[in-house]
Amino acid sequence: MPAVSKGDGMRGLAVFISDIRNCKSKEAEIKRINKELANIRSKFKGDKALDGYSKKKYVCKLLFIFLLGHDIDFGHMEAVNLLSSNKYTEKQIGYLFISVLVNSNSELIRLINNGIKNDLASRNPTFMCLALHCIANVGSREMAEAFAAEVPRVLVAGDTMDSVKQSAALCLLRLHKACPDLVPVGEWTARVVHLLNDQHMGVVTAAVSLITCLCKKNPDDFKTCVSLAVSRLSRIVSSASTDLQDYTYYFVPAPWLSVKLLRLLQCYPPPEEAAVKGRLVECLETVLNKAQEPPKSKKVQHSNAKNAILFEAIALIIHYDSEPNLLVRACNQLGQFLQHRETNLRYLALESMCALASSEFSHEAVKTHIDTVIGALKTERDVSVRQRAADLLYAMCDRSTAQQIVAEMLSYLETADYAIREEIVLKVAILAEKYAVDYSWYVDTILNLIRIAGDYVSEEVWYRVIQIVINRDDVQGYAAKTVFEALQAPACHENMVKVGGYILGEFGNLIAGDPRSSPLVQFGLLHSKFHLCSVATRALLLSTYIKFINLFPETKGTIQEVLRAGSQLRNADVELQQRAVEYLKLSSIASTDVLATVLEEMPPFPERESSILAKLKKKRGPGPGPEGDEGRRDGGAELNGGGEPPPSTASTPSPSADLLGFRGGAPAPPPAGSSLLVDVETPPNPPPPGGAPPDDAFLGAGPPPPDAPPLPEADELLNKFVCKNNGVLFENQLLQIGVKSEFRQNLGRMYLFYGNKTSVPFQSFVPTLAVQTRAVEPGVEGGAQVQQVLNIECLGEFRGAPLLGLRFRYGGAPQSLTLKLPVTLNKFFQASEMGAQDFFQRWKQLSMPQQEAQKIFKAAHPMDPEVTKAKLLGFGSALLEKVDPNPDNFVGAGIIQTKTLQVGCLLRLEPNAQAQMYRLTLRTSKESVSKHLCDLLAMQF
Amino acid sequence: MIHFILLFSRQGKLRLQKWYTTLPDKEKKKIIREIVQIILSRNQKTCSFVDWKDLKLVYKRYASLYFCCAIEDQDNELLTLEVVHRYVELLDRYFGNVCELDIIFNFEKAYFILDEFIIGGEVQETSKRSAVKAIEDSDMLQETVEEYMNKPAF
Repeated sequence: MPAVSKGDGMRGLAVFISDIRNCKSKEAEIKRINKELANIRSKFKGDKALDGYSKKKYVCKLLFIFLLGHDIDFGHMEAVNLLSSNKYTEKQIGYLFISVLVNSNSELIRLINNGIKNDLASRNPTFMCLALHCIANVGSREMAEAFAAEVPRVLVAGDTMDSVKQSAALCLLRLHKACPDLVPVGEWTARVVHLLNDQHMGVVTAAVSLITCLCKKNPDDFKTCVSLAVSRLSRIVSSASTDLQDYTYYFVPAPWLSVKLLRLLQCYPPPEEAAVKGRLVECLETVLNKAQEPPKSKKVQHSNAKNAILFEAIALIIHYDSEPNLLVRACNQLGQFLQHRETNLRYLALESMCALASSEFSHEAVKTHIDTVIGALKTERDVSVRQRAADLLYAMCDRSTAQQIVAEMLSYLETADYAIREEIVLKVAILAEKYAVDYSWYVDTILNLIRIAGDYVSEEVWYRVIQIVINRDDVQGYAAKTVFEALQAPACHENMVKVGGYILGEFGNLIAGDPRSSPLVQFGLLHSKFHLCSVATRALLLSTYIKFINLFPETKGTIQEVLRAGSQLRNADVELQQRAVEYLKLSSIASTDVLATVLEEMPPFPERESSILAKLKKKRGPGPGPEGDEGRRDGGAELNGGGEPPPSTASTPSPSADLLGFRGGAPAPPPAGSSLLVDVETPPNPPPPGGAPPDDAFLGAGPPPPDAPPLPEADELLNKFVCKNNGVLFENQLLQIGVKSEFRQNLGRMYLFYGNKTSVPFQSFVPTLAVQTRAVEPGVEGGAQVQQVLNIECLGEFRGAPLLGLRFRYGGAPQSLTLKLPVTLNKFFQASEMGAQDFFQRWKQLSMPQQEAQKIFKAAHPMDPEVTKAKLLGFGSALLEKVDPNPDNFVGAGIIQTKTLQVGCLLRLEPNAQAQMYRLTLRTSKESVSKHLCDLLAMQF
Repeated sequence: MIHFILLFSRQGKLRLQKWYTTLPDKEKKKIIREIVQIILSRNQKTCSFVDWKDLKLVYKRYASLYFCCAIEDQDNELLTLEVVHRYVELLDRYFGNVCELDIIFNFEKAYFILDEFIIGGEVQETSKRSAVKAIEDSDMLQETVEEYMNKPAF
């Protein structure tokens, strides 16, 4: 126990703390605490009124006990009582207790708020600060409700003391972050900007944080802050090291304020006004120049503060991405840090360079450091630094360096830390795919990955290599040969067996000519691994075997023997048993023709975003890297596969589409009568009330309109299709309904696939729409699929989706089903690209209240910007980059095309990751459209 | 913005916790356990920054005590190190040669000083003089050793 406690120390508290410290065991500590709790409880309950000091002391003891990790369930009232004490220290302890142990007890909240209100009104600056700290510390919705109006008043009042202003600014910031909807935008906002000019540096320091946060929401309202921030920054940067007295930190003038100002500027594009811009560039140059000057102090604090400003300046330069000269200088500066003896600087330099690598101006300059970065990957002692080096290599990779970088990463993988192996594997896999000129190199790389770090090769990675091999016939023979060789290793990873099994099952025939890899040798090799593998792999191998029977009839006997073995036919695992039984049966009854059809080579996979890329994004969150910024650097360098034709035209259309004569060509309004014109303007007949129609209705010959009410989940199913056009609309034990649709302007075409999942045919199969539709084949064979094509024209604005009724007989039992067709207004969106200026002009033009629809809602899914982007694009609007000054926000534009009218739409989505909320704003020229689109889109996040 | 600040000893004893985001107590305890373990298991000469979930931990050891801040991705790491240092300086100026014991026995003061320096996870006052002055003002009722010893012991 210290000899003297500072200030008005509480002796009883010191004794108690000291007792606790002397406790030899956890039990002893708990015993001592319980004794103390009993003591305090009796004091609080006692008849004698406690004086302020005792109350403070006991409340403080409770707080100490709570901070030790024990629960406290009383004393709140006494703490609240302390708020009304006029002794500063008593009040202070009361506030501290409340800040730490806030309770949503409504009765107390009212009392607490009352105490805070009194202190805010007291005009005593220290009391006001305490109250503001408490509001900020608690930061709850109740606090925001009570004080969101009062705090701004305190902040901009002319007679408020500086220290109170500081607290008020940051208190308001906290409330705004906690409940943005509750902080009113008002006349005070304009005055807040002018706090940047305040005489008192502390006030400016606090205010900049508030402004930075506010301007992200309403950049236009705060535009003037740019020039103010630039001039403030310029004054600091050019001041001598001692000019700012107390605000100089180890010979660096106002580092906190400088960094905050640089952060604020990163919310906006480069200033348009030449004078402001010139001044800012001058500042940035000065910061870069200062980095070259000899240090004014040897203390690490000096260099940290100085470099903090430097890194922030570089972040701004990267954000602007428009000054080649500065970008290259920044890159050179970071290059120096790459070899610095301070680990922290090397770490930050690697990180910062990652962002530079994606700028077209500095990409080449970054590449000159490739050897240093590879060296860092090999020699850094700290895994987090090595991780940054791997990130940077990934970011700086392009066609010219891919081979080298992939090779280095592969060799690093052999010794890499377990913690980052999976990520390195993903990165290597992505780079190899992306920059493969020669697919045999790609196959080699992935097989190497499996060999070196098989455990870390996730499903996505080996799925992907199979997808690519299947889609590219130039590499299939090579792949078969290579996996065959790889499988010959005495111990090979299970993932290798999976890839090998799959590829040989598809393309084993390509190497079967060589007697060293004859069908039986291939089979023997695979089967030698069989018993060492997990159930999933064995199941895959069984499929390979049945494919072998089709590929190589000469293996049939051997394989049937294997399938027939008791260990397969009576395997305890139901999946394996089923496969063995079914494959055995299939191979013995089916004719070669049937076998050839059933076991046909896999069709090409639809090209979509690489699943591993999605996985990496999920793992790391959005970050600088080739995936995000590639487009900027060298145009359409998409993933190699990305250049393929889109799935809608590439995938094999089912024959029935041909029969109906709708293949190919742009969708044009179909000749009248030849097919359905889904007039989506007329809402479908409202379903009649009451239960299911009588049974005999199902036997009716003509297609009656859908009369059952839609399924309860119809809306939810519909919802899934707001942002996508293809997928499974509905599935139960009997049937699956798939949808594929495309929309252009006010026209659309939809393919509906009705798949029978059972082995029994459906009879009297009649899908009906609210309007007349062409009948499909009245029966659906077991396991078969029929297709229906709908041509759709949007005549005008509409809300309800058309209903799809479905009736058929399964076994003798009539079945009926009513669904909503996934046709929503947004399907007729035509994206429009525009620049920021254009956008804001239009945005302002649509400023009437009824033109805007806004929703604030909680995120229902994890807030991943990439997913959000994909959804917005799927929704149909263009995604406009660099329009919203806040990079976290999304802005889109498009036109809803109907036959009778066109409606221009602008949208803005502002995610708030901290609150897990979104704010969605739609502005269109038509009130009902704004509202409807807003409703539709809001359900998607 | 700083999401939270933790002070803990080399033995993993938590000495101070300050949260600038609202979390349930259970979650806080879990985070504390996890972070103390991450930091204590790091070697000495490693860098002071660790990625943790979608935040970054910035930490530094002063004598027996670790100071750790969790900041957002775009926050400035180096300056956060200096936030820690400035806080240590403020403690030092108030206590005079501050040591872990001062923070244990006067934990409430450690919280008060932090509140004068940082609000809502943002630095509000970087001047040493102004920040400590506020606390010292509150200690105007400075008492003598005799007064202190005459107070009841529990």
